[in-house]
Amino acid sequence: MQLSRDALLRAYRQMKIIREFEERLHEEIQTGEIAGFTHLYCGQEAVAVGVCEHLDVEDKIISTHRGHGHCLAKGCDVNDMMKEIWGSRDGLCKGKGGSMHIADVDVGMLGANGIVGAGAPIAVGAALSQKLDGKGKVAITFSGDGACNQGTTFEAMNLAVVTNAPCIFVFENNHYSEHTGVEYAVGTQQDIASRAEAFGMKVWRGDGTDFFAVHDTMREVLDHVRSGNGPAAVEFDTERFFGHFEGDPQRYRAKGELERLREERDCIKRFRESVTGAKLLTDEDLDKVDSETLAAIDAAVTAARAAARPTSDDVLEDVYISY
Amino acid sequence: MAKMMYREAVVSTIAEEMERDDSVVVLGEDVVGGMGTAGGPEAIGGIWSTSTGLYGKFGADRVIDTPISESAIVGAAAGLALSGKRPVAELMFADFIGVCLDQIWNQIAKFRYMFGGKSRCPAVIRMAYGGGFNAAAQHSQSPHQILTGIPGLKVVMPSTPADVKGLLRQAIRDDDPVIFLEHKALYAVSGEVPDDPEFIIPFGHARLSRAGQDVTIVSSGLLLGFCETVADKLAEEGIGCDVIDLRTTSPLDEEVILDSVEVTGRIVVVDEAPPRCGLAADINALVAAKAFASLKAPPQAVTPPHTPIPFARELENAYLPSAERIEAAVRKVLDWR
Repeated sequence: MQLSRDALLRAYRQMKIIREFEERLHEEIQTGEIAGFTHLYCGQEAVAVGVCEHLDVEDKIISTHRGHGHCLAKGCDVNDMMKEIWGSRDGLCKGKGGSMHIADVDVGMLGANGIVGAGAPIAVGAALSQKLDGKGKVAITFSGDGACNQGTTFEAMNLAVVTNAPCIFVFENNHYSEHTGVEYAVGTQQDIASRAEAFGMKVWRGDGTDFFAVHDTMREVLDHVRSGNGPAAVEFDTERFFGHFEGDPQRYRAKGELERLREERDCIKRFRESVTGAKLLTDEDLDKVDSETLAAIDAAVTAARAAARPTSDDVLEDVYISY
Repeated sequence: MAKMMYREAVVSTIAEEMERDDSVVVLGEDVVGGMGTAGGPEAIGGIWSTSTGLYGKFGADRVIDTPISESAIVGAAAGLALSGKRPVAELMFADFIGVCLDQIWNQIAKFRYMFGGKSRCPAVIRMAYGGGFNAAAQHSQSPHQILTGIPGLKVVMPSTPADVKGLLRQAIRDDDPVIFLEHKALYAVSGEVPDDPEFIIPFGHARLSRAGQDVTIVSSGLLLGFCETVADKLAEEGIGCDVIDLRTTSPLDEEVILDSVEVTGRIVVVDEAPPRCGLAADINALVAAKAFASLKAPPQAVTPPHTPIPFARELENAYLPSAERIEAAVRKVLDWR
């Protein structure tokens, strides 16, 4: 289905904001200003955006430790997220969560999660809630080729099938679970979707570096699930442009691999080539989005840097039993 | 007042709250029982009979029978709770927290704080706990020492049918996650229960079940009854015991304990969990730190030994705290010079 000019611009802007958010964090982290562990989503933008462009605030998603992209795509505020990553008390989670634990229930983002595989069962619960409400809304859990090996994911897939929950398991296969290759760690000949199929649900597969493939696939998946056919799963083949975490020396990569991926498997580059080739948008249109995005990220970083720091009193806020 | 069993107090409270609030849902293994069998739904209404009749009354969408998947049960409860529902999940045996501790410890306990206060997780995780059935090491434990040690959880251990009613109603209406520990040996015990549909016992308020001037005995759950037996026996000798039923181990009613010890100067904490890093050690440390000047004898703990729970009758009897051991501990603090 052909997207409108506005929808195309919006999709590009969403992917670009994630890209620049992550590229900028990669730079800022070198300065030591940002504390803790950060896992960048750079390279996988087409998946988060291709999925979330179909959703509204009542649809729910659960994310992973590599969650910035999902949060942004679902509608979390870019400034509040940046402040959270900087540890400000004005951050989206008041500086209590940080990069790995960003949530905003008001936009249907139930939480990024530091425990690999923990999100899948939670998504089934959210889906059961959607089923009870009967409004055709869904819950989506993003998992990687790492989480597909966790027992929680298996339990969740079976429970979703048994209860006919409107739950979608989106597997982003970026070929690396932390520092281990999918060839080694995924016993089903690197194929994740077949596992979901074995649990009794309909599955799809798609190229996660092609926004249009993701978006079209998800239209079918969502039609299937919103129609009351129970859960579904989809596996997207995608690429991770940075390490598992910031500071990862990435000695597991092949020589020239990252350069090749950036050249051949960049979803944003592919999007630009596709829409300008088909004369749907011009380079000028997209360049304008690029400069607006860079300015927005710059403003977010400036605001985060200047934002209020938490105080020791804030440790005891939002605690329900204190001694 | 109505007389009912502890298990009846559980199921009737859930039914009343489901009736009152559409957002209350039940899930767990065999909570319907018989799904997918010749016997059909409700062939078994939960192995503890704590969900009997709920499926027939509220249907499959609100009474969700799950496969044996504890991580998925607690995780689904978390997702339901984050989405505005009030799930009451059942773990058939408290020992099974070993399978799903991540969802309890890293997920439901953390959401509100970790996500900056906006996320609410009003999930109740009910579980049957405790020894005395020769069910051996993996079906007899009292894991409240682990759960009480987790910030972000409220932990409830009712000892009577009336307390089940008031505390479970509070648990279901509470906006935070609650671990509700039901002692297996109490399920068939009967007691008077208030009829008032708004009868609620707020958390963090212990109950003084016996009053005396000489010794403070603190306990909860099944062992509370053992403590009362000892107190009644000693009363005949003119020895007065305060027997404090904690009701909730988190929040802990420090005030009632400290007030009592300031009068008696002697404390015996009776607990079914192992001794190391446990509730008895915690409460005795509290008393030593905050009521030191009142103490006339060293605080005593009556707990099982630091071993797994054994199977054979003779072994389990030796393992579990008994009225005799409680009485001996009370006499020890009374006789202290």
